[in-house]
Amino acid sequence: MAKLPTDIPTIVSQFGPSLHRVPPGGWEQTGEDEKQVKTHCCFCGQQCGIQLRVRNNKVVGFEPWEDFPFNKGKLCPKGVKRYMQDEHPDRLKTPLQRAEGKGYEPLSWDAAMTRVVSEIQRIQSTFGKDAFGILSGASLTNEKAYLMGKFARVAMQTANIDYNGRLCMVSAGAASKKVFGVDRSANPWSDIPKAKVILVAGANVAECAPITTDYLWQARENGAKLIVLDPRMTPIARNADLFIPVRPGGDIGVFHGMMRIMIQRGWIDRAYIDNYTSGFDEYARVVEKYTPEYAAKIAGVPFDLIARAAEMWGPAPSSFLLHARGIEHHSKGVENCIAAIQLVLATGRLGREGCGYAMITGQGNGQGAREQGQKCDQLPGNRDISDPAARKYIAGVWDVPEESIPGKGLSAVPLVEAIHEGKIKGLLSICFNPTVSLPDANYIRAALEELEFYVNIDFFLSETARYADIVLPGSLMEEDEGTTTSVEGRVIRHRKVVTPPGEAREDWKIICEIAARLGKGEKFNYASPRDMFEELRVASKGGVSDYYGMTWERIDAENGIFWPCPEPGHPGTPRLYENKKFNHPDGRAHFYPVDWRPSVEMPDDEYPIILTTGRVVSHFLSGTQTRRIGALLDQYPQPRCEMHPRLAEKLGISDGDFVKVESRRGSVVVRAMIVKTIRPDTVFVPYHWPLGRSANNMTIRAIDPVSNIPEYKICAVKVSKAEAPTDPISQLGVEAGGVR
Amino acid sequence: MSERMFFIDHSRCIGCESCVQACAECDTHRGTSMIHLEVIQRSESVQTTPQVCMHCEDPICARVCPADAIKKTPDGVVQSSLKPRCIGCSNCVMSCPFGVPKYQAAIDQMMKCDMCYDRSSIGKKPMCATVCPSGALTFATMEEIQRTRRGIPINSWKFGGEEVRTKVYVMVPRTIERVDVELVQVTATPAPLPEDPYDVALMLEETI
Repeated sequence: MAKLPTDIPTIVSQFGPSLHRVPPGGWEQTGEDEKQVKTHCCFCGQQCGIQLRVRNNKVVGFEPWEDFPFNKGKLCPKGVKRYMQDEHPDRLKTPLQRAEGKGYEPLSWDAAMTRVVSEIQRIQSTFGKDAFGILSGASLTNEKAYLMGKFARVAMQTANIDYNGRLCMVSAGAASKKVFGVDRSANPWSDIPKAKVILVAGANVAECAPITTDYLWQARENGAKLIVLDPRMTPIARNADLFIPVRPGGDIGVFHGMMRIMIQRGWIDRAYIDNYTSGFDEYARVVEKYTPEYAAKIAGVPFDLIARAAEMWGPAPSSFLLHARGIEHHSKGVENCIAAIQLVLATGRLGREGCGYAMITGQGNGQGAREQGQKCDQLPGNRDISDPAARKYIAGVWDVPEESIPGKGLSAVPLVEAIHEGKIKGLLSICFNPTVSLPDANYIRAALEELEFYVNIDFFLSETARYADIVLPGSLMEEDEGTTTSVEGRVIRHRKVVTPPGEAREDWKIICEIAARLGKGEKFNYASPRDMFEELRVASKGGVSDYYGMTWERIDAENGIFWPCPEPGHPGTPRLYENKKFNHPDGRAHFYPVDWRPSVEMPDDEYPIILTTGRVVSHFLSGTQTRRIGALLDQYPQPRCEMHPRLAEKLGISDGDFVKVESRRGSVVVRAMIVKTIRPDTVFVPYHWPLGRSANNMTIRAIDPVSNIPEYKICAVKVSKAEAPTDPISQLGVEAGGVR
Repeated sequence: MSERMFFIDHSRCIGCESCVQACAECDTHRGTSMIHLEVIQRSESVQTTPQVCMHCEDPICARVCPADAIKKTPDGVVQSSLKPRCIGCSNCVMSCPFGVPKYQAAIDQMMKCDMCYDRSSIGKKPMCATVCPSGALTFATMEEIQRTRRGIPINSWKFGGEEVRTKVYVMVPRTIERVDVELVQVTATPAPLPEDPYDVALMLEETI
């Protein structure tokens, strides 16, 4: 069925988003905490340590955890207010079923499970195993990510499982795998302040990874030069030594332009290149094309800026590259990352103190959740699902015939396209809000309506869950235990702080029960997440992301362990490549002759402006959580369209005017925000809001051919002054997609 | 008593408001922040500055208080107004050169940052300086600051003819000894501005 059962304002009135502003018992409630539990933030990949204060099985506040080495008590506003999700009035506490014309009505767990399992069996027996898809998430613990992959392959035997890390980390991961054979940041964050030059490429560190800011500033106190590439002057760019306002999609012009100068001036490490790498000559031949004129044209900036970047980066004694979605969210995202990483490799400045690079993982378990086998092409341990040896090993761990493990399935965007085309008839999703987070949102919503059956597991009724036939109430991070792997590759522990409210259940119990009802109970007979970790660590043994030597006790005692940790007693590996050995059969790192190519949709006469999208500091991803926390919403209530005064003047737009931002696929009406801190050919709209305020109404459903990441960072739009909207969605609260 | 002191480094601020959000979580003024973040001029720049109480050595807010409601602790922390004394006149609000005290209509009383006296008096760091992800707000010893920062801490200000010394330090380049805030007459024809360092369009016009 999977159509909205009633109109959206009615659904919002029952399930929110609504704003929660006070802790349990109100602000006046005081008294002693029963306990303060050391755990980690539920939001981004920095995974800051935090203590949650508990009274009567309720989280009543937070206390900084100053002894955790990564953030030392520091938190961003999201971390400070995350506990407001607990005891939230919108919290789902019973299973729900779609009720035509009304909305959703509660039903028993048994009735809900019976319906889910019978629909899975009906659809799979009628249309084939692969006709039921699974969309999972990168904010799940390692244990749950492992469980989802095993559930798909063993209990459902569908090839079609993928996860929302596909929207986040896959370009960075694929690039690092191609160059080094390992998908992980090469260095711990403690190396950043020791570098003498830092290149931040496409990372709005201040808003998307705020804790990293202090590492950058520490480096500068130590005399480092900071170079920032971004179409917008972000808060860290304001104080950078060199800010390069690169055109969206023009990054390779900067990277190759820098490298051409570095080769000419001898600022590369020939001995390192000869001894430990391959492919440099082909790469250098492509770089030769990036003359000052060509590099400047591709990058969309004066060549002088590129030359100054080369002069800072080239001869530096030590250096660190940080990259994130700004260069990754492209149909050439993998090539962008490869080009950036090659600036590191060609100088030989990695694998030692203060020298290396890192990708800034976005989601809470953005690193770990991509290692445990819930990607459409992977088995646990970062193993390739089409590799016969990997299949044989995992079949042994799972005690199933190798041939029963499905092959490679569809990644997130093609999976939704298969739903739109009627090839996939049923869907189970957890920890994923694709109607807000996937590109071309009108298409995504239409796709969901094609489903015959949709079951959604979540703790709030997200905009996507509204399309579900059955909604199962799952758990918040603090209601379950497990591990995540942070941006550094450090495996850390999330502790259970409180129990799920009402009839809500820990996510893993829900999945294991579905598996049992599908007749696979003996393969999912776990008493706790710790049992899953014990199996996961065996499953990862011998893989790239090897957790085999880890125990929860050691993770606790050592404030986390960096993988690979291949045997008990192994200290873990904070810094990769110290021995200059790389994870390719020839032991070398590989250069690739990547070359710039246009983005899928470039501006033209009809749609002359570039739209780029991103985040703001007080919201997280699709906003399912942060749009429900009053203090965070107040900080940035609704999306605004940032544009340069020169563009605004040309369009006759003043600050605060309503503007319509429109692409070939859809539009939004939002307020204009006129700032000199953005390129005049580009506008920016943040993507945390749904429906008529969703930046993804405009973005293009184009993906990188290797990583399958969507091209969120560039599409073509036109912008015009608009009247105040009057449709029913626009009249909702801003947290629900309204506008004011 | 801790030897640690409070330092503000405006150049580090990223405008995230973690300080403001965390301040509102304090057990002594739950739900209300005692500090604020200034967005200087968003159309021109992303510059923001956090504003905590600077804890003046000779606090003008206390001097102008007709009810003698604002007291300084022996260790130099200027407190919120005393409930029984404060008459809600807002003299302090008007007089503070840093714009710190705020009149809270709901309780008819002035409330302001007291450097988390409940925390700092027992050896903990103030909440804002604990959570601040950029180090723009830092609670540390003078030795730690001198060892880890390029700039120098100063606590001497001049507002027109008024000289002020504060318990809270700000980080400035090594060439500066005092923050001089000129009082200027705002006229209809502003003086010509220097080339705008934050205008992205101007950067794109630089010639090769």
